[in-house]
Amino acid sequence: MAYDKFTTLTSPAVPLPIENIDTDQIIPARFLKAVERKGFGDNLFRDWRYDKSNQPIADFPLNQAKYSGKILVAGKNFGSGSSREHAAWAIYDYGFRVVVSSFFADIFQGNALNNGILPVVVSPEFLEKIFAAISADQNAQFEVDLQNQKFTICASGESAGFTINPYKKHCLTNGLDDIDYLVSMKEEIAAFEAK
Amino acid sequence: MEAKTLFDKIWDSHVVKEVEGGPSVLYIDQHLIHEVTSPVAFLGLEKRGLKVLRPEKTVATPDHNVPTINQHLSIKDELSRNQVEMLKKNCATHGIVYHGLGSEGHGVVHIIGPEMGLTQPGMTIVCGDSHTSTHGAFGAIAFGIGTSEVEMVFASQCIMQPKPKKMLISVNGKLNKGVTAKDIALYVIAQISTSGGTGHFVEFAGSAIESLSMEGRMTLCNMSIECGARGGMIAPDQTTFDYVKGRQFAPKGEAWDKALAYWKTLKSDADAVFDSVYEFDAANIEPMITFGTNPGMGIGISKNVPTSDGLVGNDKLTYEKSLKYMGYNQGDKMVGKQIDYVFVGSCTNGRIEDFRAFANAVKGKHKADNVTAWIVPGSHAVEKQIIAEGLVEILEAAGFELRQPGCSACLAMNDDKIPEGKYSVSTSNRNFEGRQGPGARTLLASPLTAAAAAVTGKITDPREFL
Repeated sequence: MAYDKFTTLTSPAVPLPIENIDTDQIIPARFLKAVERKGFGDNLFRDWRYDKSNQPIADFPLNQAKYSGKILVAGKNFGSGSSREHAAWAIYDYGFRVVVSSFFADIFQGNALNNGILPVVVSPEFLEKIFAAISADQNAQFEVDLQNQKFTICASGESAGFTINPYKKHCLTNGLDDIDYLVSMKEEIAAFEAK
Repeated sequence: MEAKTLFDKIWDSHVVKEVEGGPSVLYIDQHLIHEVTSPVAFLGLEKRGLKVLRPEKTVATPDHNVPTINQHLSIKDELSRNQVEMLKKNCATHGIVYHGLGSEGHGVVHIIGPEMGLTQPGMTIVCGDSHTSTHGAFGAIAFGIGTSEVEMVFASQCIMQPKPKKMLISVNGKLNKGVTAKDIALYVIAQISTSGGTGHFVEFAGSAIESLSMEGRMTLCNMSIECGARGGMIAPDQTTFDYVKGRQFAPKGEAWDKALAYWKTLKSDADAVFDSVYEFDAANIEPMITFGTNPGMGIGISKNVPTSDGLVGNDKLTYEKSLKYMGYNQGDKMVGKQIDYVFVGSCTNGRIEDFRAFANAVKGKHKADNVTAWIVPGSHAVEKQIIAEGLVEILEAAGFELRQPGCSACLAMNDDKIPEGKYSVSTSNRNFEGRQGPGARTLLASPLTAAAAAVTGKITDPREFL
């Protein structure tokens, strides 16, 4: 799936200081019935965002006008549970390009990277600093520098490095996915099968 | 030669190429697909003008969306019907074997793979479903993948994966009365948390694990994803070989002898090194039940809901949010709490052994009036066996009705939804908020504990029924 190239991003962030946010919360199963990748952003965090009569729940951060931006900051173990890539699609479709947490579930992390979303892992202490920076100023800016693998709280200038697999960094920077690469390996795969 | 773990042996033999500074290109022996996570992958393939490279290594069945009654009729929900029809059409276009609704081979994807003998020791198996870890019970590397990766496997029979770390979880000793594989799983997850296994592939070992049947091993490996692990696996042994032998796609004749000789080499070397090791004593495990909104929030059924003492910050807020959702208080006794629904089924506990356990426990008793029970076999083959063994008569006499196979109330994509605020004792794998329907409250447990709850209408220690 093609996605926009990622280099650097400076943006405010939306805080979601809840731990173990599972993919059933990111996108409930009843919204997985589409056969195309369209409109999942509308149902991102559906049951936390809307009540039974489809009215926005006022105190949920995504419904609060004071929060905006392309960065989602969440409690540890984000994306646990189901392998549904719809979770990554919903996050991207809503407009987030970066998710920051102190810990991601494996499958979600892979799905994010395959869809142009950068998962940034920071220490629990630095994560608290980010939440504090947003509490102090909801328009606080953050800079995500993929090239130098650095996440900065602009107001204080404090930054944290993050790791990313060099191959995946190359893919994100250039908007590439793995499929072209794998298809180009056709002969090597055939040779492996013949062994 | 370097000592290797079981995981290393299988992984290393499937690496087509190591990418410089990147993940490995891993060859996949068996690809299982279902209706929910495949359509966008097929679309992607078409956009690139590609065909499925190895359709013969791919098997399809619709399970997540399907109704569990009146399967002979057209699916009422238009979106569900469309997804199921799309799978059928895509399989026809690409030459993939499709086990449709009502057919002999139909069932939950992780139930039919092992039943047909498609799942074998030493294999790499993937599916766009996190519970693919189930197949690790056979000594295979099996894990769930996203839709982009489904497309990769379609296009190349490979995926790109960083090699996970290795974790050994040993459970030794004799299991207590009333303790099943499900209880081991919930106990381990409660001990190491839902993220304790993140970044790792788990090997389960020890005498308590070896004593499990293949059904029990599948239940345990199925739940390995719930501790955050990529998957779980168990070295194949005589129990494994006996299960596989004679199944439809199992090797036959000389091929069997050759395969068996190889399978017998599939165990961790004595001096192999794991990145982390946990050891548990089977004697400490009692029948388990969850009280919160993730599978790590489980306790022995005789215990009380833990307090948030010692938790601070987001840990405390998250814990309290969870109890509020469940309508429980810190320190509450679990036994005696009223329940409304019982669900027996899913890729976790939808196999014949699970229905035998449930039926034996309810035999001669009757379903409580306040309980709605959904008894859902994991596959058509399981359904047939339930009938053949006379379990249906036992169930019906006790007021339970057998439904038709599918994922059902495990994730409530079909009509089997637990209503808002209601409590469901469920043999499935996840108790996340809304997992079994918006507002539903899920209590994960074994089929035995589900049986005890079904006949008493409240959380009940299953040991009283044995």
